[in-house]
Amino acid sequence: MEEEQQGRAIGSVRVWEIVVAALFFIFAAVVVWDSRRLGAQWGSDGPQAGYFPFYIGVFILVSSGVNLLAAIVSGPAGRAPFVYWGQLKMILIVMLPSFIYVALIANPWFGLGIYVASAIFIALFMVYLGKYGWATTAAVSIGTMFVFFLMFEIWFRVPLPKGPLETLFGFN
Amino acid sequence: MQEIHNLMGGFAVALSWFNLMLMFAGIVLGVIIGVLPGLGGANGVAILLPLTFSMAQQPGGATSAIILLSCIYWGALFGGAITSILFNIPGEPWSVATTFDGYPLGQKGRAGAALTAAFTSSFVGALVGVLLITFLSPIVARFALQFGPPEFFSVYLLTFCAFVGMSKGSPFKTIASMMLGFALAAVGIDTVTGQLRMTFGFEVLLKGFDFLIAVIGLFGIGEILLTIEEGLEFKGASAKLNMRVVIETWKELPRYWKTSIRSSAVGCLMGIVPGGATPASFMSYGLAKKMSRDGEKFGTGMVEGVVAPETAAHAAGTSALLPMITLGVPGSPTAAVLLGGLLIWGLQPGPLLFVEKPDFVWGLIASMYLGNIMGLIVVLTCVPLFAAILRVPFSIIAPVILVICAIGAYTVHSSMFDVWLMLLFGVMGYVFKKLDYPLAPLVLALVLGDRAEDSFRQSMLMSQGDMRIFYANTLVGSITTLSLLLLFWPLISTAIDFARAKMKRA
Repeated sequence: MEEEQQGRAIGSVRVWEIVVAALFFIFAAVVVWDSRRLGAQWGSDGPQAGYFPFYIGVFILVSSGVNLLAAIVSGPAGRAPFVYWGQLKMILIVMLPSFIYVALIANPWFGLGIYVASAIFIALFMVYLGKYGWATTAAVSIGTMFVFFLMFEIWFRVPLPKGPLETLFGFN
Repeated sequence: MQEIHNLMGGFAVALSWFNLMLMFAGIVLGVIIGVLPGLGGANGVAILLPLTFSMAQQPGGATSAIILLSCIYWGALFGGAITSILFNIPGEPWSVATTFDGYPLGQKGRAGAALTAAFTSSFVGALVGVLLITFLSPIVARFALQFGPPEFFSVYLLTFCAFVGMSKGSPFKTIASMMLGFALAAVGIDTVTGQLRMTFGFEVLLKGFDFLIAVIGLFGIGEILLTIEEGLEFKGASAKLNMRVVIETWKELPRYWKTSIRSSAVGCLMGIVPGGATPASFMSYGLAKKMSRDGEKFGTGMVEGVVAPETAAHAAGTSALLPMITLGVPGSPTAAVLLGGLLIWGLQPGPLLFVEKPDFVWGLIASMYLGNIMGLIVVLTCVPLFAAILRVPFSIIAPVILVICAIGAYTVHSSMFDVWLMLLFGVMGYVFKKLDYPLAPLVLALVLGDRAEDSFRQSMLMSQGDMRIFYANTLVGSITTLSLLLLFWPLISTAIDFARAKMKRA
């Protein structure tokens, strides 16, 4: 894709390599710390609970350290753009609604249940990205979730989170 | 011929109407999964695994459940080729090499020939893999009955070292990703001491991270994000497949018998040693290109260039189940998910399975024959239907796949926390893929983490902390040595190259 179309780059590969390697490093430090807390040595009756994870943590520390160094000294490859703004925008258009969708399925205040939330989620995508009319949108989104409802609740008897609408029809 | 006798018993189990119906359903679902972006063998099976929980409770149900799931896997293997040839979009990582010659063939108006060649050679590859499983797995299982904890740990070590040695990218990224899997597997209650590890007071972390959630997130959501980034525009060759084209292509195929044999061998080897289907398909394509008389014409649309990667990918995908059922060590992420299924259904994968549950094992093996025959017929007759799925606009397919992933993640433990985790794993999968951190070792470590740790601890208890137990006898010693060789293979091969370059200069 041409750069003009995609907008500017969000961080180089090098920057993101460093971020990820650093996150690995922090995670490993936590693993090592927790394993030391549990005891990473030879107890009276054999290896202690932290014995195995301790070494796992050490392995991550070493390998992410190498990755970090490799990222810092990376040449032209490291200057390549990680993601263009145009691409990132598409990803955010999908990811942000996904987070809201999961929040809507069930939360301590007001959960819609998975079927209603999914139907709304599919409908929004169709209207905003697909530019479908309301009739098609409603038919596809509600139809899909109705089939899923039959499949999970009736045929396979795998209960999924339900909300007020299902209660109205007598399903719990 | 004890194997033939057992296999006949297996056919008797697999050939019930119910199981045949499951096979058909599995194949069709699998091809759909293989065609759809973001759904592949591993996460497709992971999402459908919870649906088998109640099925597996019935007598003989575990066999039906594994037949359903393994047929989804065969279907996905077949399905990957359809999108590669018609749309130049590899539906599965192992069909990337199929696009090299498959798509040009489609552009030349020979899509039918390419599809027939792909499906037929997939079938041949799978058949070789199943034959290998039929005759080799009882021997491996019998041999493995003598394994103790040190031997099992050395086999795990071999699996993980193979990933490091065979990885194309940075070995340190492979190690980091793999160890992350082990660390995540350790979260929760320690099975031996009952202590809490790395839960930091969060109740949701008590049961640890389930690898099914990781598979759905990493492969499912992560893959969708990558697809979206590319900007989805499906422009495909039309999919017409009539009997005449099929028969004509079949007449052409025997010419490539050498490529078929070589690719099957490469595939089986890579499948048993956990290299997986993807490198096998590339390696076999490269070999065919080097050794074929028409080598220079590869990439412009040669049928042989479709035969090579497809045979190898299917042979590898099939034989990846051999270490899974005989040793309990999966050779690929999808095999890992199937192994997780066995554990959930209450079966202990490993050599004892052949002794204790012969009808399960042989029913599975028999279903591999039947499933692949059925798969070949289904894909040859229904290609236009499956290709039509990709004509469904992206604005419908993307949210539906996300919904399916969310439902799949929820049903594993009926927990909303898992759905959130799945989203996080999805973002992680996207970033990892972009930065070349391999995902397969992470998933395998997450599945095998507890078992590897148990066998390590038991070995350490046996030897009172002496590492020399991994060299206590020839068997464990040679597996350990082989593992270390593989682990340091990147270094060794660099050294060899260096020495060679020096010799040349001198």
